[in-house]
Amino acid sequence: MSIYVDIRKNLGDFTLDVKFEAEQETLALLGDSGCGKSMTLKCIAGVMRPDEGEIRINGRTVFDSAKKIDLKPQQRRVGYLFQNYALFPNMTVAENIMAGLERKGRMPKDERRRQAMQYVERLQLAGLEDRYPNELSGGQQQRTALARILASEPDILLLDEPFSALDATLRWEMEQVVRATIAEFPGTAMLVTHDRDEVYRLSDTVAVYKDGHIDVLDEKWHLFAHPQTATAARLSGCKNLSPAHREGDRLIADDWDISFAFPESGDNADPAWVGLRAHRFRLCGQDDPYAFEFEVVNRIEDTFSFILQIRKKGSQTERLIRWEIEKALHVDVPDTGYVSLPVEEILLLRE
Amino acid sequence: MNAILEMAAGFDWSPFWISLKTGIVATVICFFLGIFAARKVLRLGPKARAAVDGILTLPMVLAPTVAGFFLLLLFSLRRPLGAFLYGTFGIKVVQTWLGCIIAASVIAFPLMYRNARAAFEQIDIDLVYAARTLGMSDLKLFWKVVVPAAGPGIASGTVLTFARALGEYGATSMLAGNIAGVTGTISQRIAYVIKNGDYATGAVWVVIMLLIALGIIIAINLLAGGRSRRQNRW
Repeated sequence: MSIYVDIRKNLGDFTLDVKFEAEQETLALLGDSGCGKSMTLKCIAGVMRPDEGEIRINGRTVFDSAKKIDLKPQQRRVGYLFQNYALFPNMTVAENIMAGLERKGRMPKDERRRQAMQYVERLQLAGLEDRYPNELSGGQQQRTALARILASEPDILLLDEPFSALDATLRWEMEQVVRATIAEFPGTAMLVTHDRDEVYRLSDTVAVYKDGHIDVLDEKWHLFAHPQTATAARLSGCKNLSPAHREGDRLIADDWDISFAFPESGDNADPAWVGLRAHRFRLCGQDDPYAFEFEVVNRIEDTFSFILQIRKKGSQTERLIRWEIEKALHVDVPDTGYVSLPVEEILLLRE
Repeated sequence: MNAILEMAAGFDWSPFWISLKTGIVATVICFFLGIFAARKVLRLGPKARAAVDGILTLPMVLAPTVAGFFLLLLFSLRRPLGAFLYGTFGIKVVQTWLGCIIAASVIAFPLMYRNARAAFEQIDIDLVYAARTLGMSDLKLFWKVVVPAAGPGIASGTVLTFARALGEYGATSMLAGNIAGVTGTISQRIAYVIKNGDYATGAVWVVIMLLIALGIIIAINLLAGGRSRRQNRW
């Protein structure tokens, strides 16, 4: 129950060049749009062809440019959930799911329908089986797409931005359906998204994509707690990032014009970037080694918190630091003062 | 009144049936050839696509008599292909109903081809990908997924093809000629009777052609508008 990918493909603006493997787990591909995540899934599914490389699903080689192996998508046993579900508009729910039984070869029509109805039940689509896709809600469409994929008994699940077409409420509901599906699924699942919270809730391992290559491949909790690169820090939700350099025992954050003691706790002795977690700032005394003197530029009321935009006192920089604070507490923050963070929340990052 | 009845009783309806038969057969031919060609052309590289597309569209842009000239050149019994067809299979194209069909098909083909192509180009490519990953063969996904999804475009292409084939004049008159009861289509009959000063008969056929044309345009509008109920009046 595994996937092995080692491919290269020229995409014009950049070259997709990735290598990874995963066992029976959920691997998330996290990255900005247009960085090659979906293309990776399409190469695995066989609807796009890499320039060179090798792809193995459960030990079965489906693509190998050196050995001239290139199985058709029909033969790869891949379950691909498309962003817009790609339901066949001219077929009912039941007929769409029956299309998932295509690989099982010929069988009587009523047997085909009987099998499809099992998936109708399983994804709570009972009563909707004779409706057409345009008569379904977004959530029902996604259930149908999932049922169709499961009916095809794939070796691997590829979920391409599965929730991006849904509104917030439905998003949560469908995430539960997808999560239950992944949990029951006996193979690798891969999830493409740019939503860090989805990644955190659904995946085990995360591959951070940057311009067609994998910037970081790490276990989820480790990646979010200790991102190693600027891209990983940004995508895992760090809102304050600045180019930085070391001068003696000081760390200089160039964008913000601030400096504080170099945190020796980290394993990165020569960081190119520094990241500060927005919700971990605290007021402190002047003698705190990581303190800097600040002034509040803006106080913005957010849904459940206040966002303070601060900068070094007296500085004219337009690169403001974001400080998120509970609504009740923001009145305690004076317009100027000293602020620092726990040393483990100061992220020392490579490029 | 009596004069009208008398005229209706003795009226030669054969042009109507010849045109109708020609239109239907040519439409069936163009339907499959046009879809086939559209599918093939979309798979070509950009340069080859531009060239092949140009050749396939040519009959729509050319004067029909020019197309008729080339068809005559091809199928004349004094030419290799025409002689071969007649000598080997006994098939004669010039001055026969087969000539009507070929002329109408060639002229109407670009309408089917271009409409089918435009319809295919607008299909969500993910539908094709989804069908492939589910294991559907390329042939099956084409007829079960692509063609239905391209339905409205293909339908209006088919109706336009029929309309064009039904009214074809220039190429038909050169290749098939105007033999009453055999190759005498409505368009040719109108030209013929007007030339002889019989405006009354000409007017009857003109009215028939107008009604058919109007019916076809309404049919296309219904086909195109049936799917989307989106409000776009302004």
